[in-house]
Amino acid sequence: MGKIKGSEAIIQCLLEEGVKTIFGFPGGAVIDLYDDLMDSKIKHVLVRHEQGAVHAADGLARVTGDVGVALLTSGPGATNGVTAIATAYMDSIPMVILTGQVPTPLIGNDAFQEVDIVGITRPCTKHNYLVSKAEDLIPTLREAFHIARTGRPGPVLVDLPKDVVASMVEFVEKKPIRMQNYQPTYEPHMGQVEKACKEILKAKKPVLYVGGGVILSDSNEELTTLAKKLNIPVTMTLMGLGGFPGSDPLSMGMLGMHGSYTANMAVAKSDLLIAVGARFDDRVTGRIDAFAPHAKIIHIDIDPTSISKNVTVDIPIVADCKHALTAINSWLAASGENLEEVGATHNQWIETVNEWTRKHPMAYVDAGETIKPQFVIEKLDELTGGDAIITTEVGQNQMWAAQFYKFNKPRRLVTSGGLGTMGYGLPAAIGAKMAFPDAIVIDVAGDGSIQMNIQELATSKQYECPVIICILNNNYLGMVRQWQELFYNKRYAATVMEVTPDFVALAEAYGAVGIRCDKTSEVEATIKQALEAVKKSTVVLDFRIAREEGVFPMVPAGKATTEMLLV
Amino acid sequence: MKHTLSVLLQNKPGVLSRVTGLFSGRGFNIESLSVAVTLDPSLSCLTLVTKGNDAIVEQITKQLHKLIDVIKVTDISEGEYVEREMALIRVKAENTTRAEVLRVIDIFRGKVIDVSPKSYAVEVTGPASKIQAVIDILRPIGIKEIVRTGTIAMARAPKK
Repeated sequence: MGKIKGSEAIIQCLLEEGVKTIFGFPGGAVIDLYDDLMDSKIKHVLVRHEQGAVHAADGLARVTGDVGVALLTSGPGATNGVTAIATAYMDSIPMVILTGQVPTPLIGNDAFQEVDIVGITRPCTKHNYLVSKAEDLIPTLREAFHIARTGRPGPVLVDLPKDVVASMVEFVEKKPIRMQNYQPTYEPHMGQVEKACKEILKAKKPVLYVGGGVILSDSNEELTTLAKKLNIPVTMTLMGLGGFPGSDPLSMGMLGMHGSYTANMAVAKSDLLIAVGARFDDRVTGRIDAFAPHAKIIHIDIDPTSISKNVTVDIPIVADCKHALTAINSWLAASGENLEEVGATHNQWIETVNEWTRKHPMAYVDAGETIKPQFVIEKLDELTGGDAIITTEVGQNQMWAAQFYKFNKPRRLVTSGGLGTMGYGLPAAIGAKMAFPDAIVIDVAGDGSIQMNIQELATSKQYECPVIICILNNNYLGMVRQWQELFYNKRYAATVMEVTPDFVALAEAYGAVGIRCDKTSEVEATIKQALEAVKKSTVVLDFRIAREEGVFPMVPAGKATTEMLLV
Repeated sequence: MKHTLSVLLQNKPGVLSRVTGLFSGRGFNIESLSVAVTLDPSLSCLTLVTKGNDAIVEQITKQLHKLIDVIKVTDISEGEYVEREMALIRVKAENTTRAEVLRVIDIFRGKVIDVSPKSYAVEVTGPASKIQAVIDILRPIGIKEIVRTGTIAMARAPKK
């Protein structure tokens, strides 16, 4: 191919990796790259704030499984992206973030719009690079994509000095990447698989505890096979929702701080906990010594650092979840055991589980015409057939969405789990909609969170990328208010939103449709209207909900997960 | 419990800060650290002394391994190994104490590497305990300045 300009080489590399859409915001340091992007086949989406660019690319990555790409300029452009990079890092989302940098001779001189973004993002990226020589440009980009999408995925940042991008580089053919120092383990150790299977066959009260790793490795089918074959109840983390069908009788819903009574009780009473692609986060375990106290623990994870980090594991399996589950299913199938009979021995356990659900189902108290947020989510679920892509902001809105929408398929819930980033939902919804223009995409929001990246309404308008923003408006920063109500003597320090914009007027100002709803009897009609209107335009729904509604069950911080506050 | 880790890593800018950043970010402790290039100029060897129970050290080892630029991590304190530190010590050496300083240095097989009318600079190598012993003995005579390296360590070769 001979020598081409660095910026053209970057675009070639993106095309080579199958990138169709990137999200970004221009600036002096990336102007060459933007100039060449203009003539390329790659669609560039101009956001209104760099955090939005990275969240949108992250949203696209979560619904497709592809590597999301964002392009930011140097200095403030790059630092504005940091929160969103950390968001992707905590949830292991494959991304490549390209940042402009001042020309190499100026690096370190406090040049205009210079920051050490490689230094800043070192702890919140899977890896990052400063490309200091033109000949490193192409190999670095290829390595970045390789690292982002393999092993435990994550964001990789590539910092591109302006002179490197403007220089001429030799375009070399792509060869398979082999890195001496980076070789993730995909295949499970068969000895460990055998040990795990023997425990599974022995268990009387097994529970599958499923995390985001199942979604990331697309192993929901293998997981469903295992659960159904052996009649094992399943609970999912926030990141794992959709990894097993939420409407299935074996699903116990989410576990942990705002998990179902059933899920938390089942984990506490189980004799075998099979953790698949989950990391024993504090929001899941509660008081660590009271977590699954009677259970042997099998832990499948591709990242060895996740194993025995928080909870000591009896049988670790370092592997990709898909490979490990496939190996377990095959071992069990070949074991000569009658799996149906083994499954039937769990019937009594399932009966206990069902009894918990009958006693304490996911519920809320009806309040007549005052809208309960859970009711809104139930209606969303019903009217979209449980098949919409739901993004969320962070706080009560996120938990209600997780509790009351039945996620039956993977990659339908797009939410900031690990970092808990308010302002995530709208840009992520735009990214998801870009990937699947025919899907219904709904951002479940709170009146606080939505204001953190509301400027992206303009992006959705500019690219005719219509989504529904469903604001559960209680004029509070509701989750913190709930903690204050329960643990701080109802002293609502800085959680009352004394000034909130008129969201209907705001929607209209951005060229979107705004609808307000303050009666339970009108919720259904409002959602139907939104589902119709979203065919043409972004819709902002302002649901005035019961102001002091809480999220329950709730495990207070530091308590055992069986010590739940119930409705 | 003290552990001495030997870490082989890419000899590239920023790699050391990935390692130290990992320790500070995750609240692990660094007792001492020493790093230099290996026979292969593209690689560096880092010797790191840390304290923690087995679970913490296991987590440190795994986290180090997870860094893309890290090639190999060995907890060499799990087996037989030799370790050395070096100290450069400037000690008061006036007429009354000159001979005594020399005697002490001789006992510890140190060397005088700089001489001035009022002081000697001496070089001592050995395990951390020996360096500490020299310092304790010289302190009453009057130490003016001290510079110490971190520990470097190497596993002993198999005896068979």
